[in-house]
Amino acid sequence: MKLSDLTGQAGGWLEAGDSDNRIVITSRIRLARNLRDEPFPGWAKKAERVRVLDRIRPAVEGLAEMKDGASEGLADLSALDKQVLVERHLISREHAAKGAGSAVVVNRKQSVSIMINEEDHLRMQALRPGLQLAAAWKQIDKVDTALEAKLDYAFHPRLGYLTACPSNVGTGMRASVMAHLPGLVLNDQINQVIQAVNKIGLAVRGLYGEGTEAMGNLFQVSNQTTLGESEPEILERLGKVIGMILQHERHARENLLARRPTALLDQIGRAYGVLTHAWSIASKEALNLLSLLRLGIDLGLFPEPFRTGIDALFMETQPAHLQKASRQKLAAEERDALRAERIRGRLKALPPPATGSVTPGNGAPKESTDE
Amino acid sequence: MHCDVCHENEATVFLTQIVNGKMQKVNLCESCSKAKGVADPTGFALADLLLGLGAAQQVEEGTPEPVRCPQCGFTQTDFKKTGRLGCAACYETFAEGLESLLKAMHKGMRHTGKVPVRLQRALELGSKVETLKADLEKAVQQENYESAAELRDRIRQIEEEIHS
Repeated sequence: MKLSDLTGQAGGWLEAGDSDNRIVITSRIRLARNLRDEPFPGWAKKAERVRVLDRIRPAVEGLAEMKDGASEGLADLSALDKQVLVERHLISREHAAKGAGSAVVVNRKQSVSIMINEEDHLRMQALRPGLQLAAAWKQIDKVDTALEAKLDYAFHPRLGYLTACPSNVGTGMRASVMAHLPGLVLNDQINQVIQAVNKIGLAVRGLYGEGTEAMGNLFQVSNQTTLGESEPEILERLGKVIGMILQHERHARENLLARRPTALLDQIGRAYGVLTHAWSIASKEALNLLSLLRLGIDLGLFPEPFRTGIDALFMETQPAHLQKASRQKLAAEERDALRAERIRGRLKALPPPATGSVTPGNGAPKESTDE
Repeated sequence: MHCDVCHENEATVFLTQIVNGKMQKVNLCESCSKAKGVADPTGFALADLLLGLGAAQQVEEGTPEPVRCPQCGFTQTDFKKTGRLGCAACYETFAEGLESLLKAMHKGMRHTGKVPVRLQRALELGSKVETLKADLEKAVQQENYESAAELRDRIRQIEEEIHS
């Protein structure tokens, strides 16, 4: 199967879930593995990378998990196809820059993707909707165990799995949870939370990982250290912190409703106004406003059945997805117009926010007017 | 190895510091280390302080023969450039320098997680050999030569199994 056929379908992990899963978008676990006797991809010569690919690719394609999946060399993918995969979190931005000697193999459900010759010989990840760290670990652990029977991994009795970057050595595991945190952002608490999380050895990053901006109030929380703790220990620590962040987010939302309902309704109402009437909109603005609509649904201001459509727009309005759907390369202005059109189409039947349930001044402390 | 400051005396004080994830090494003789007051080298850029700004770079470049990884030819300078290692064997080649880097980066220094199934047996046997060797030493000390011979044979047997 071609990757482009696969990405023509929605990713399974986009499906909406319940309560906690309204805040947590996805759980992702990736493992870094290398062959014992070959130079790491960044140091290997092209011929060596090709040799490694020829050793690893058949082993990966032969996995039961990858039956009916898609496998593609990076050299055979167009820039647009690569960008679609990045937007779906199936490959990293670093991997998208690779060409001959690198490949990606994705299972049919798009829940497991294996990058060959990224920074390490193998970067395999399991991606799941909502808060499902344990299930994601179980799945990728199984894939890894099946692969280790066929490939001779670089493993050190004291240091564990050896990786190109010393920051990944040990378990080689990076577990990350993508969370939608508009409450903490609107309440100006997000920086405090980020600092607190950083202090305990976890990282908070933007939408596309390291060094990327937080858009649409989406944040990735992940473990920073990989040596000295077992995989379940790392997951438990991360899970606990996520639980606390979720609690803070819920609390921030309650707080906004109780103390600053006018400001909150204003933001959501404006997002509704702009998204349903814009004729040209950039991807960053679209994400930020879609985030507010999503918050509106969580708060019961919009009917629940619209959730799926709004969630889908997060992906559909990304630059590469837009262009892929329109089957042509578009200039920035054309993209912005098309994006606005897609959004208006999806939201045509969305009623204005039902503000009756949230009445400003209804026993809540009076707000300052200069907000 | 000569002192990096006076370039005359034999260096006896070897300092390593990680600055922004990069390793700096300074070698000093006893009198220079005292003159520079290096009792507690924490909290400042070592080479820069002792030898002037930018000196850390020179110290590194001044080393005549850079250590190369026998498996892939990677050097410490390459690591400085990329922050990535060349191959699995680099972890042994540069073990000394990596030690402090790993200590600063991670929660612990020993992997306690998953182990590939095929290595599990070897690791288990390895720790068994350690125990038996301790027992053997004890037996020899107690002049219990009969059980010492038994233990020696068992160790030999297991070691053969590991290497097969």
